[in-house]
Amino acid sequence: MKQRYQFHGGVHPAANKTQSTQTPIARAALPSHLVIPFRQHAGEAAKPVVQAGEYVLKGQLIGAAVGSISSSIHAPTSGTISAIDSQTVVHPSGLPDLCATLIPDGKDEWIEHHAVDYRNLSQLELRQHLRRCGIVGLGGATFPSDIKLRALKSPPGKNTGILIINGAECEPYITCDDMLMRERADEIVRGTDMLRFALSAGEVLIGIEDNKPEAIAAMRRAVAESGLPFEVVAVPTIYPGGSAKHLIRVLTGLEVPSGKLPTDIGVQCFNVATTYSIHRALDHGEPLISRIVTVTGNVAQPQNFEVLIGTPILELVAQAGNKPDTNRHIIGGPMMGVQIPSDTVTLTKATNCIIASSPALFPPLPPTLPCIRCTRCAEVCPVELQPQDLYWYAKAKDFAKTQAFSLFDCIECGACSYVCPSHIPLVDYYRFAKSEVRARDAEKQAADKARIRHEFRELRIEREKQEKAEKLAAKEKAAMAAKQAAPAPAAPQTDPENTVQMKIQAAIEHAKEQAAAVKPKNTETLTPEQQADIAEIEARRARIRELASSHVEQPKEN
Amino acid sequence: MSEYLLILVGTVFVNNIVMVKILGLCPFMGVSKKLETSLGMGAATTFVLTIASGSSYLINHYLLGPELSYLTTLSFIVVIAGIVQFTEMVIQKTSPVLHQVLGIYLPLITTNCAVLGIPLLNVQADHNFMESIFFGMGGALGFTLVMVLFAGMRERMEGADVPEIFKGSAIAMITAGLMSLAFMGFSGLIK
Amino acid sequence: MFEALLAMSAIAIVLGAVLGYSAIKFRVEGNPLADKIDAILPQTQCGQCGFPGCRPYADAIANGTAEINMCPPGGEEGIHKLADLLGVEFKPFGAGVEPKPKAVAFIDENTCIGCTLCIQACPVDAITGAAKQMHTIIAAECTGCELCLAPCPVDCIIMLVSEEKVSNWKWKYPMYALSPAR
Repeated sequence: MKQRYQFHGGVHPAANKTQSTQTPIARAALPSHLVIPFRQHAGEAAKPVVQAGEYVLKGQLIGAAVGSISSSIHAPTSGTISAIDSQTVVHPSGLPDLCATLIPDGKDEWIEHHAVDYRNLSQLELRQHLRRCGIVGLGGATFPSDIKLRALKSPPGKNTGILIINGAECEPYITCDDMLMRERADEIVRGTDMLRFALSAGEVLIGIEDNKPEAIAAMRRAVAESGLPFEVVAVPTIYPGGSAKHLIRVLTGLEVPSGKLPTDIGVQCFNVATTYSIHRALDHGEPLISRIVTVTGNVAQPQNFEVLIGTPILELVAQAGNKPDTNRHIIGGPMMGVQIPSDTVTLTKATNCIIASSPALFPPLPPTLPCIRCTRCAEVCPVELQPQDLYWYAKAKDFAKTQAFSLFDCIECGACSYVCPSHIPLVDYYRFAKSEVRARDAEKQAADKARIRHEFRELRIEREKQEKAEKLAAKEKAAMAAKQAAPAPAAPQTDPENTVQMKIQAAIEHAKEQAAAVKPKNTETLTPEQQADIAEIEARRARIRELASSHVEQPKEN
Repeated sequence: MSEYLLILVGTVFVNNIVMVKILGLCPFMGVSKKLETSLGMGAATTFVLTIASGSSYLINHYLLGPELSYLTTLSFIVVIAGIVQFTEMVIQKTSPVLHQVLGIYLPLITTNCAVLGIPLLNVQADHNFMESIFFGMGGALGFTLVMVLFAGMRERMEGADVPEIFKGSAIAMITAGLMSLAFMGFSGLIK
Repeated sequence: MFEALLAMSAIAIVLGAVLGYSAIKFRVEGNPLADKIDAILPQTQCGQCGFPGCRPYADAIANGTAEINMCPPGGEEGIHKLADLLGVEFKPFGAGVEPKPKAVAFIDENTCIGCTLCIQACPVDAITGAAKQMHTIIAAECTGCELCLAPCPVDCIIMLVSEEKVSNWKWKYPMYALSPAR
């Protein structure tokens, strides 16, 4: 039995998981229409590659990945694309984003797809395949999985990297991973083996919270049958034990340092649902077009559905049986979830749970009272922050101070708000402060870029002026020499012609100069000072680029 | 040695120049908005005050003597002004931002009553050279201490829900008053 | 009387020597403060402050010849930052220099005659095109300075206010009512 470790804080909210685990995963009915957003993952939105009116097959690419952090989007069923336009999506802002609307033809006809032999693929080909299949982390952060598939370095004191499969599922009400592990343990084990191969990890740990004994038993059986050296570890039930960093801590005792990624300490963590979809992508060549979703709360029969991405959320909830006193719907769990902004929104890759809420189920919070600095939030904070101080400074919009108090290590788990006796929406303040800081950083970078461009422009104008002056001086000298050499009477005759020629010459020179100015490779005519200046600017640019690339949002996954 | 320690403790806590003697309130209220600034101001004042107490003792003792004692204030001011000018140049060279932030308060150290007050108190108490230096340094350290404490509080107060009419200097004054009360608790520490 | 004069002169001579020496030893070259001010300015290079770019304005502030409330693109926050850095009081914008919402220029390509005047005006080289060729704005580089609007002979450049999208949306400041005291 492996030694387990602990992390600071955490809370024990009522699990409420048994309601939705009574019946097996059901296949949701084909919806009347599907609205598929092009931004379903962290990073750049996918670019549409189909047009309105086009007929698509199930699994056909409709959005191509662009940029380094991005993923592909596929048609979840066969049918006709009726529109590509902006529609309200599941996002806390409630703002519209680009979506494709698909009217299913009911045939559910697959595009041609086939298994890939992942053992004979290079790492790059494997990553590209996952990117093409649109595999993203299904734990909630939707970070493109292909980027995480790089060979692991070994953690301190070990000679191989550690792969962790996250089946903790710590948030109340959500049971989609639990049901997936109970019913499709063999497939998850297959997927785990693929990940182990791709990462060349030595040790594989599958962490499942001990409130899911059926899932643990199913996974243990599947691992034993496969004969693979994986270890299924039952971890204590505590929220947020399913956060990647915390599961790593509990299973290995290693702590991911602030501002670093798990890979930096030789550990990589994948959610069980992601592992399952990787198995589908490799063993069947299927892109990510459906996922398991828990529909629970105030519905007739809480249960898990296998649902096509893009299914209207209310259509799905209706299949579990509406109840009249339902007043709103929450996407995600009660701790980190958001209320749906509109009745038309549809399911995305990130949606793991839909809770129909009623005033009886989630009574409105009592009114917010001032902070009394009881520090109960600090006691439960799983990342050992000082939430009361973060709140103090976020409220005062003193963002420099919030960063000094490690604002960006906050995982927004909501444990602090959960225990707050004054019912202060603490996480809202942290989210506000984080997005302000991010916006400011972006502005700062834009300003730095503008400064560099402006300085370069000034330099260029100065250089052109100088070059022109030099040319003119040289020409004058040449003209003087020619005048002296030529006989005096000939001068008046040739003068007008000369000026015309000179003008033409000057124009040609000017054109050449301009050509030289846009061709930075042409550096032969530069003085050493100018070259030094350019080198300095290039160095600064490189630095800025480096800064920009290191500022890319860090992935996180539950 | 113990008398020097007594002078230090006495000037820093018991007879704190700002909180008990109520000298040097101008920079105390003026440059205590930020921790770094107040620390810089404290350091500059400590430097000026230590040298000023030493040199003023020398001037008073060797140059002026009892006959010319009517020149004490005048000559002290001149010496302090000179040292402040020197400090300003050093700060401008080493930390232009601190120089800009301290702004007018830096040359105003010259007219800081604490800086003139301590050499005059030295004369009054008939301190010898070392005692004068420790008295000056202790007074300045006490000044720095309350500056830093007060700046820390003011930084936090920026985020506090202060009623509109009390915002800014008003609440700062109230806080300073409470702090002064707290420092009264030190009286009786040394007889 | 004579002794008094002598004593004061002695003090004056010694201090004069020390200050004279340190004036040479601690001479400050350039103005490092201007760099810090320049880092706060938004680098739109728009000239709305009356100076030909952000750097000259920064130099002017550092020398004390310009006020800190003359940069509309920096917003009130920019003034607060400058006030903090310089240790002076916050000063609100005067009449007529209020900040506008952030925008980028857009060239109506049907109207553009390809005169290159806007290209010459752009302080950050954010316009591409050539003589008699249609011009276009590189939106990602545009600082929204509006310097290209005036030179355009056919008025084909407009400013598009940047809309709030999912990609640049920010969490709002949490607003909730405190319960009334009983």
